[in-house]
Amino acid sequence: MNIVALVKQVPDTEAQIRVKPDGSGIDDSGIKWVMNPYDEFGVEEALKLKEKAGGDVTIVSVGPARCVEAIRTALAMGADKGIHIDDPTLNNADAYTTANALAAAIKGIPYDVIFCGQRAIDDDSGQVGSILAELLDLPQLTIITKLDIEGTTAKAVKPIEGAQLLIESSLPCVITAQKGLNEPRYASLPGVMKAKKKPLEVKDAAALGITADAKAQVAKTTAPPSRPPGKIIDGADAAEKAAQVAKLLREEAKVI
Amino acid sequence: MAKGVMIVAEQRDGALRKVSFEVASAARKLADQLGDEVSAILLGSGVEGIAGELGKYGVDKVYVCDDAAFEPYTTDAYAQAITKVVKEKDPAILLLGASVLGKDLSSRLVGSLATGLASDCTDIKIEDGKMVAVRPMYAGKCYGEIVVSGSPQMASLRPNVFAAAENAKAGAVEKVDAALDASKLKTKVLEVQKDESGKVDLTEANIIVSGGRGMKGPEGYGILEELASVLGGTVGASRAAVDAGWRPVTDQVGQTGKTVSPNLYIACGISGALQHMAGMSSSKYIVAINKDSEAPIFTKADYGVVDDLFAVVPELTKECKKLLG
Ligand SMILES: Cc1cc2nc3c(=O)[nH]c(=O)nc-3n(C[C@H](O)[C@H](O)[C@H](O)COP(=O)(O)OP(=O)(O)OC[C@H]3O[C@@H](n4cnc5c(N)ncnc54)[C@H](O)[C@@H]3O)c2cc1C
Repeated sequence: MNIVALVKQVPDTEAQIRVKPDGSGIDDSGIKWVMNPYDEFGVEEALKLKEKAGGDVTIVSVGPARCVEAIRTALAMGADKGIHIDDPTLNNADAYTTANALAAAIKGIPYDVIFCGQRAIDDDSGQVGSILAELLDLPQLTIITKLDIEGTTAKAVKPIEGAQLLIESSLPCVITAQKGLNEPRYASLPGVMKAKKKPLEVKDAAALGITADAKAQVAKTTAPPSRPPGKIIDGADAAEKAAQVAKLLREEAKVI
Repeated sequence: MAKGVMIVAEQRDGALRKVSFEVASAARKLADQLGDEVSAILLGSGVEGIAGELGKYGVDKVYVCDDAAFEPYTTDAYAQAITKVVKEKDPAILLLGASVLGKDLSSRLVGSLATGLASDCTDIKIEDGKMVAVRPMYAGKCYGEIVVSGSPQMASLRPNVFAAAENAKAGAVEKVDAALDASKLKTKVLEVQKDESGKVDLTEANIIVSGGRGMKGPEGYGILEELASVLGGTVGASRAAVDAGWRPVTDQVGQTGKTVSPNLYIACGISGALQHMAGMSSSKYIVAINKDSEAPIFTKADYGVVDDLFAVVPELTKECKKLLG
């Protein structure tokens, strides 16, 4: 089985995000970078599939030089090789441009299943997996919490509001991972050592024959709307405080 | 030239979803600013009868595509049909709800229409004739104003944020032929397992009562269920509670869980880690009940109660019952 897993490097979930004073984006100095948590679920599922069906796992990532660390992390978890798409014209690219670059790289390699996170926790846009599927003319199974692949058929569980769908797709297909799919393994020390020797190819836009073609731009970045300071409820005991909260919710907030 | 605002309406089991009325209302506002019409696409099997309801929320015209292949939803069938209708009708703006299926469909359409999408938006407006969509990024630590240069300009709207406002328009129904190419349908829904508990999904709930590690164990959630049932709300959880196995993963609120926007979010025994607040800070009102006065959750709370939740919550349930009873 030829398995591809996409990873993106994103700020750690604890990172403070500071908006540049001119609103042109975020100030990324001092940020600690990690593999997108949803991509960890994708990499783990790719590795589990390799353990079951054989084959190898190729990691593909778009981003600047620092992204090598995220690829190496996936290799240390057990993936076999990496493709790093690194081109200044692709930094902070929109979803369409990113998917187009990934599609160009993936077209050049054999694939049966492509895993990716259901969204990346930086721009939170959740589009790349589906756009990629469309560009490669593949079916998609998105936001999946359970997966079973037998032969050339994938069966997946997709929770929606108030129900769960059991969906079947033929391979090859794109699968986007949601929390619940698995518990990602940690890279072992020997894994980290081995990862250093695994093949990692770097490609730029010219090598892939693509140009950045942004369809959506972040025209302005702003700080989040501030919430007015709240009240701490006074009261002699729990009952008195609870009575006050209920009254405020009814009369001031008018939400109950 | 591309003209008008189009929405994709979402229905399930022959009933329109609330988010469709929210999206229709938002579309109406944009169209009024542009002096244009609002159209809707409605897909399903035997759904013509409900199409007119969209008129109540400001839709001028509804294109109905009726085919057994549209029940239940599959990405393949919906994306194929909608791409065709959108290309024919050429709207300037295309809006969807950012429900689970809306997210799946809208991002696929970005590929098939080769355009841009502002996803999971919390505000939307027209500036100089163009759509400007506002959306939280970095888990709400900053906001982006998105401009789409492709056509149509697409946005998906976060459920529960935009008001569904009645504003009656014609809602004229026109049937369109999907002419599906069955050879391109590669996925199939084998089973739809409905949640029979009647629990409103967290992303659609008006009131959420959420519990964290402070609940001490799965039994602790009984008092939250009682409060939620008095208020007509849904129970949520922090990751600590989910990871401990006290609550199912579908209950998790936060950066790696659900993003929720209820009118009221009551956080009980939740410290307010950045990753948790990422999922609930767009709630309209926040109540925090925590015995630690230094807990970060109090920085976001409109009403904070520093006390033992096991004493406060049952009293709160009693008081609410009195007020609502
Ligand atoms: C990559 C990543 C993703 C994450 N994603 C999420 C996410 O999506 N959602 C999420 O929630 N977390 C997430 N987390 C975890 C997050 O960092 C916190 O660990 C978690 O939110 C803590 O949950 P908690 O507030 O329930 O527990 P704690 O932080 O342990 O807080 C428990 C609180 O309960 C209070 N308490 C205890 N007993 C009582 C009592 N009797 N009465 C009143 N108060 C009491 C305590 O004072 C304390 O403030 C993520 C972390 C990482 C690294």
